[in-house]
Amino acid sequence: MRLLRGRDLVCRQAVELVTDYLEGALSRSARRRFEAHLAGCPHCTEYLAQMRETISLTGRVAPEDLTPQMRDEFVDLYRRWQSEQQ
Amino acid sequence: MSRSLSWRGRRPARPILAMMESDGELLLRLRSGDERAFVGLVERYHEPMLRLAAAFVPSRAVAEEVVQDTWLAALRGLAGFEGRSSLKTWLFAICVNQARKTGTREHRSIPVADPEPVVDPSRFDASGGWSAPPEHWIEVAEGRMEAGKLADRIRAWIGELPARQREVVLLRDVEGMSGEEVCAVLALSDANQRVLLHRGRSRLRQLCEDEFREVR
Repeated sequence: MRLLRGRDLVCRQAVELVTDYLEGALSRSARRRFEAHLAGCPHCTEYLAQMRETISLTGRVAPEDLTPQMRDEFVDLYRRWQSEQQ
Repeated sequence: MSRSLSWRGRRPARPILAMMESDGELLLRLRSGDERAFVGLVERYHEPMLRLAAAFVPSRAVAEEVVQDTWLAALRGLAGFEGRSSLKTWLFAICVNQARKTGTREHRSIPVADPEPVVDPSRFDASGGWSAPPEHWIEVAEGRMEAGKLADRIRAWIGELPARQREVVLLRDVEGMSGEEVCAVLALSDANQRVLLHRGRSRLRQLCEDEFREVR
């Protein structure tokens, strides 16, 4: 953590800690200082909410499904492999 | 893969078989020679691995080859799979190895401990406080997502991230793997995984802000 000991966080530092905060990777004291900063800073609170929203939006980029044609190709692949086994 | 290009918003229902079975059950049936179990696994992991492979190789076509090779390598290695990692972690690690063998598309240096700031420094004043604070965009983005107009856009943005950030964001935030699993698949330290995740997510947040900031 690139935190200056014993000093309050500034916004420029806080934005660099967001992922470690969300990952639970901050030390207890760093976490306390991060949360103390948020409590007094609506912009960084908004920034954290936007990072959470970004993660949520990314999580809704759903995997795509196989086409029937691709499914047939994989059945063929499997059968070729099985015949190799014999 | 023409469907993937025209895909918009809602995903079609998956076959009930693949929805209900755990990887472990599929694995058991696969080992007993059930080809439908293999198709079930492919349905589950083919697209995720295509996106992963695409982070390493120059084209979709090459990524398709990599994933085909991955499935063959997985079938050949099936007997040796001991279940020390999850099946998904094992498959994805094979995929990464196949992709790396096929050729990386950029020099892969280890991320440094103190990389560039993720927010443009000009947005802060001399004391380090915001001078150009984050603009509101969450509600606009939610509306666009609801309307099914956002997923493709985000997919494209992820595609434009630097390769290592893209790999980590794909696995963590699209596939929903844990940090630990991603470290195993990509052979990254926990600290480097977090640095890459932080940079990738921060970039996506900035793109959302650029795209959806409320016009006043």
